[in-house]
Amino acid sequence: MRAYTPKDDVQKKPYYTDRYWVAPQVAKSDVSEDAVFAADLEVIKAKFDVLDAYIQVGQMVVVINAADNFGVLELMKNELEYNQLSELSAIDWLAQEGKFEIFYQMLSMSKRKRVRIKCKIDEKESIQSVEKLFRSADWSEREMYDMFGVVINNHPYMKRILMPDDWEGFPLRKTYPLQGDEFAQWYEVDRIFGKEAREIIGPENRDPARIDRYDTERFARLGHEVPRGADISQGEPETPLCYQENEGVFLIQKFDAEKSVVISDRDR
Amino acid sequence: MAQHQVNYLKDGGLPVALTTIDKVVNWGRSNSLWALTYGLACCGIEMMASGASRYDFDRFGTIFRASPRQAELMVVAGTLTKKHAEFIRRLYDQMTEPKWVISMGSCANTGGMFNTYATVQGVDRVIPVDLYLPGCAPRPETLQYAVLLLQQKIRRESASRAQKPKRLM
Repeated sequence: MRAYTPKDDVQKKPYYTDRYWVAPQVAKSDVSEDAVFAADLEVIKAKFDVLDAYIQVGQMVVVINAADNFGVLELMKNELEYNQLSELSAIDWLAQEGKFEIFYQMLSMSKRKRVRIKCKIDEKESIQSVEKLFRSADWSEREMYDMFGVVINNHPYMKRILMPDDWEGFPLRKTYPLQGDEFAQWYEVDRIFGKEAREIIGPENRDPARIDRYDTERFARLGHEVPRGADISQGEPETPLCYQENEGVFLIQKFDAEKSVVISDRDR
Repeated sequence: MAQHQVNYLKDGGLPVALTTIDKVVNWGRSNSLWALTYGLACCGIEMMASGASRYDFDRFGTIFRASPRQAELMVVAGTLTKKHAEFIRRLYDQMTEPKWVISMGSCANTGGMFNTYATVQGVDRVIPVDLYLPGCAPRPETLQYAVLLLQQKIRRESASRAQKPKRLM
């Protein structure tokens, strides 16, 4: 196995930094460039605080306060004809700002426009559910809770959607190690056999290149079978390859080149 | 009632074959390996193809059963997630002895390319495996070969020995 390096603080300690690398930014343009978006933004601004608004890749992005999320989406749906919530999730900015960014991607079929509503919440803060407005938010919000630990208020069924119910930790946070923390690595062993079986079963092998040629417990040895668990470090018995036809299986015979007939005359 | 008397000693020998109980029992077991349908991921497609008419598992006596109580072979075809691990163990425990397991494909063998928090790194962490089948995904021919190898293994075993339940630990 490779040496274990703690991965619980990977974002603050990147293993490689390029001093001259500049994060690419998608160009932003002003909302006034698009008449439809400008009109929509005026309607939102009349009722709610808008922290920032711009157009990126032909889509309007509106940054609002997290407390207004239900109100803004209700306005978007009922008055501005944005009748689809196509995507909803969180982005982990905990390392940079200590906040989650929640985004709602909306589509208007009649206007043929897409708008993204964004807001930021603290790590422990919860956010209002929009499931009453869009049924598609039901599973998306559960997934957001499952993967990031963002708690949703007034959700009808606030439960993990993908991971097991007794799972610890939120896998899509940047601080979550890809190969799992200790709980994740022993999850199936603890669940099935109990914690006392950990020593017997042993840790997971996370090195895909690891091969132990003397391991007769876990490695298939086709054509060189020995009893399971046999010690072959001091040499192993010769196991010649054995074919079915040698064992006398009914109707199966070994091909005999001497008795075969080669047809050399193709026109025959 | 025979119309004429048959002289067995004269006409081609007695209609009797001598063998051992082990061979008869193992002949029966190895040629009627009923497999539990256990397609977990894309390997399951290859397993279904093996069972369908082109590759035709029926001619090996391998018939897929939807109940663990009627199956003695479990072909774990695909990625086993940690959430699912306890259910595969439960189904394995429900199968009647004697039972065998083929771990089909890279994911079932070692976790494969899913070196992540949510994947069991090899089904042998949960259930004992008799045969590991490499490939991503293995072709139906490979699965056929695996079943033939398993049949050979069963024929080599002693049928009369007390059936010790296989334990992972």
